Amino acid sequence: MSLETLQSFQWGIMAPEFIILAVAALLSLLDLFMPDKMDRKVFGYVGIAAIVAAIAALAGMIDHPVASILDDTFRLDAFSKVFKFILLGGSALVLLLAVSYEPKEGMEESRGEFYYLFLTALLGAMMMASSGDLITLFVGLELLSISSYILAGIKKRNIKSNESAMKYVINGGISTAITLFGMSYVYGLTGTTNLKGIAGQLASLGNPQYAYLLGLAFLMIFIGLAFKLAAAPFHMWAPDVYQGAPTPVTAFLSVVSKSAGFILITRVLLSIFGVTPSNGPGSIPILLHMQDYISFIAGATMIIGNVIALRQTNIKRLFAYSSIAHAGYILVAFASLSFVMFDAIWFYLLAYLFMNLGAFAVIQLVSEKEGSEEISQFAGLYKRSPWLAAAMGILILSLAGFPGTAGFIGKVNIFIGAFTGDNPHYVLASIMIATTVVSYFYYFGILTQIFFRPAAKETKFNIPTGILIVLTICVAATVILGILPNTALDFMHNHTNQFTDFLQ
Amino acid sequence: MSLSSVLSILVFSPLLGVTVLAFMKNTQEKAIKIVGLLATLPALLLALACYFHYQAGKDLGDFSVKANWINFVGDKKYFHVAYELGLNGLSLIMVVLTAIIATLAAVASMHIKKEWKGYFMLFLLLETGMLGVFTSLNLILFFIFFEVTLVPMFFLIGKWGYFEKEKAAFSFLIYNGLGSAILLIVIMVLFAKTGTSNIHDLQQIVNAAKSPLSGSVKMGLLIALLIAFGVKLPIFPLHSWMLRVHVQAPPSIVMIHSGILLKIGAFGLIRFAMGIFPEQFKDVAGVLAFLGVINLLYGAFLAFIQKDFKMVLAYSSISHMGIVLIGIGALNATGIQGAIFQVVSHGLISALLFFLVGVFYERTDTSLIENLGGLAKGMPLAAGFLLAGAMASLGLPGMSGFVSEFMAFLGLFKDMPVLAAVGTIGIIMTAAYLLRAVLGMTFGQAHREFAGTMDLKGAEFVPVLTLMFLIVLIGVYPSVLSSPLKTALETIMLGLGG
Repeated sequence: MSLETLQSFQWGIMAPEFIILAVAALLSLLDLFMPDKMDRKVFGYVGIAAIVAAIAALAGMIDHPVASILDDTFRLDAFSKVFKFILLGGSALVLLLAVSYEPKEGMEESRGEFYYLFLTALLGAMMMASSGDLITLFVGLELLSISSYILAGIKKRNIKSNESAMKYVINGGISTAITLFGMSYVYGLTGTTNLKGIAGQLASLGNPQYAYLLGLAFLMIFIGLAFKLAAAPFHMWAPDVYQGAPTPVTAFLSVVSKSAGFILITRVLLSIFGVTPSNGPGSIPILLHMQDYISFIAGATMIIGNVIALRQTNIKRLFAYSSIAHAGYILVAFASLSFVMFDAIWFYLLAYLFMNLGAFAVIQLVSEKEGSEEISQFAGLYKRSPWLAAAMGILILSLAGFPGTAGFIGKVNIFIGAFTGDNPHYVLASIMIATTVVSYFYYFGILTQIFFRPAAKETKFNIPTGILIVLTICVAATVILGILPNTALDFMHNHTNQFTDFLQ
Repeated sequence: MSLSSVLSILVFSPLLGVTVLAFMKNTQEKAIKIVGLLATLPALLLALACYFHYQAGKDLGDFSVKANWINFVGDKKYFHVAYELGLNGLSLIMVVLTAIIATLAAVASMHIKKEWKGYFMLFLLLETGMLGVFTSLNLILFFIFFEVTLVPMFFLIGKWGYFEKEKAAFSFLIYNGLGSAILLIVIMVLFAKTGTSNIHDLQQIVNAAKSPLSGSVKMGLLIALLIAFGVKLPIFPLHSWMLRVHVQAPPSIVMIHSGILLKIGAFGLIRFAMGIFPEQFKDVAGVLAFLGVINLLYGAFLAFIQKDFKMVLAYSSISHMGIVLIGIGALNATGIQGAIFQVVSHGLISALLFFLVGVFYERTDTSLIENLGGLAKGMPLAAGFLLAGAMASLGLPGMSGFVSEFMAFLGLFKDMPVLAAVGTIGIIMTAAYLLRAVLGMTFGQAHREFAGTMDLKGAEFVPVLTLMFLIVLIGVYPSVLSSPLKTALETIMLGLGG
């Protein structure tokens, strides 16, 4: 590739990624040369500034026509744009949490690493959103994964944190291997790693025998990627990792990393299997054939997440199972493959970002103050800090899907998708709603602690600025998206043109 | 102020009180109680104004309001949810009932002993939810308000209730959560299949010749609706949560719960189940009437053996809701009118009785019939009103209970005389259990000295006299209810094709 070809590319469309990459590199160098004594908190602010700059760059390109560079390996389409907003916004809020994170032990030596590894993880997620090729997709996935493995274990001297990282690496390694094995079948059949190329080759696949091979490939890719979503059967890592990892990392895993997983699944499965005929030319796509398997995994994920959550006493473990359950809900949107699928997934991820990060802000504050992550530490929060309690109340109601909050609108969107079309998913939607009622038990269990139980001690909370900002943004967004959801929905409808450029 | 903004103000005026309360100190007990009471008044005045507007022969359509709200897909035509409120004869009556009972329950809330600020904020939120439920013109808005009643109730029971309050709160939450979950499925299927959630449009689309829903899907949705509202009403055997709530919740909240929240079930059955699926409803009407008789008898027999007066009233509520089901199941104008009368009448009577229970409990710390024996000595006035309330409840002519029971049974006798005849046993039982309980309390052997107890005083007369007045008014002059209902009933009967 000559220099001229390189220069002819529209590098501008990668501006957000470049900003993150440059700042991550800068921070890693600074960390080397800065004296040990100096506070690394400033890295956090630099990181936030970088993310804000990236958001601005992305917003500037919002109406940019679909473009791709580097042989179609990096593409900027409506899908990647709107989902990158979720990744960037979520990361900015998590960084704000991290700046205010002051655990009793463990992170003094590795503060600097934390911030630049965080940015590389984000970079990986953003690459996944934009990639048009299995190779870049996989590299993005690994960049995100490996950075997250280290982040989970960043409390070097804490045994739980170590356990968490260890479990994450092993489970992650296995699932990545399975995904890769599935991808190799696709490559073997088509001889290309480019998603568009694969789709073109497969569409004209003559021999229906290959459909079985592709079905196998589909299942392996899907199950392997289910790991990132913490969907069954690869959900087992989530509780241990969530519990052991530092709270901001847990928040990152549950929101940004999960969103990246959904982006990846949608991108890969839709572009490869959405157009491939299952039985000779003109027959229905393989993806529709596989709908039942996706539905099965979605159902199992919702049931496992919500039922096991009932028995948790550690708040972070509880939120791990809750986050498994929410992955199940979003999978329902994916399984129904309806015309509102993108809308539903995007809106739910956005709603989940705010409600979950807000809840993690409170969890971080309370568990840090009390030195314990038991749910009973929330007892009497209403007396100790009424505003904090009210904020947590709203966020939990949203997680439980009550009207007036973003969570409800998200669920309504998913239901619209599940019930439209010729093949309404009555069973799947019923499981979703039944497990939602089950979730009332543990969500209202937390509220019972906060509002009904007497406090062990009467000391008030002083809320650090970072957490206060995160909470304000999250609660306000949860309520606004619940009452006026069109603030977000219109943004998407106006700038995506119904995602028609997804396969272009 | 144009007429179209009346309903929005009516529904959301309690929230003004919530805002004011948010900035008050938790220790200003008196001021909080006054603000809480005042905040219920705008809704009451507006509701009465709407009532007299309609009675003066003007159109209720004047109050309709509609504005764009949520656009789920980019398309402007489908999957669009409007903010739309409006009234018809039936919902007008429910709104007036809600506003009256909410204000009286706010008066009754003077017996609340702690955390007044949180209590009244939730109480007013609950009122907004209830008013919204009855005025919404589309199903999604209805559901939102329906759920808005759920959360405040959970906290009101769980924090201000009696010994087993948390258990009762969770039982309330889970049963009603399941009920509303089923309701949500029905609403979402209708919304997804037709692209609209407006009740009027749905009636047209669902019953059109080329309906997007097949007959079996409609039947399935109707059965789901019956279960959803059956939990709320409650229909035997879905009633256990309601007993707990009646016993554990503070009396002022039970006034609301028994007076209005249970009635959302009946309202939903008439408005949605009967309104949207009239064809299919005819097939299940017999079953409903049968379930109604079971409710009536089951409640009456169990009420007979209860030791706690609150339990007597709880079972009595089940029994009386049976009469609502009987009226609906009769499927003719008389029966349905009887059902609606029973909804209003029982709302007023149970509010009165639970208010008195609250007064007794406040003075004596007990609600056991045995311990309350000889009450007439210490509290002659309260005991007198208790007797009057019980008489109304057992259907003494000249009071509201009589009119409603008479009409409901009249409706049922037309088509199902045998079932109706069995049902009348329940009426006799009602007299038996109520008299047993009330006589045991007022004149029974005195286990305690009530000489020093205070009788009704001051503000306590307001709810008692108001409710008593309304009960007698409906009893001697039923037109106060039947004349606003006339057009609404005709519309319902037209839908049923009869």
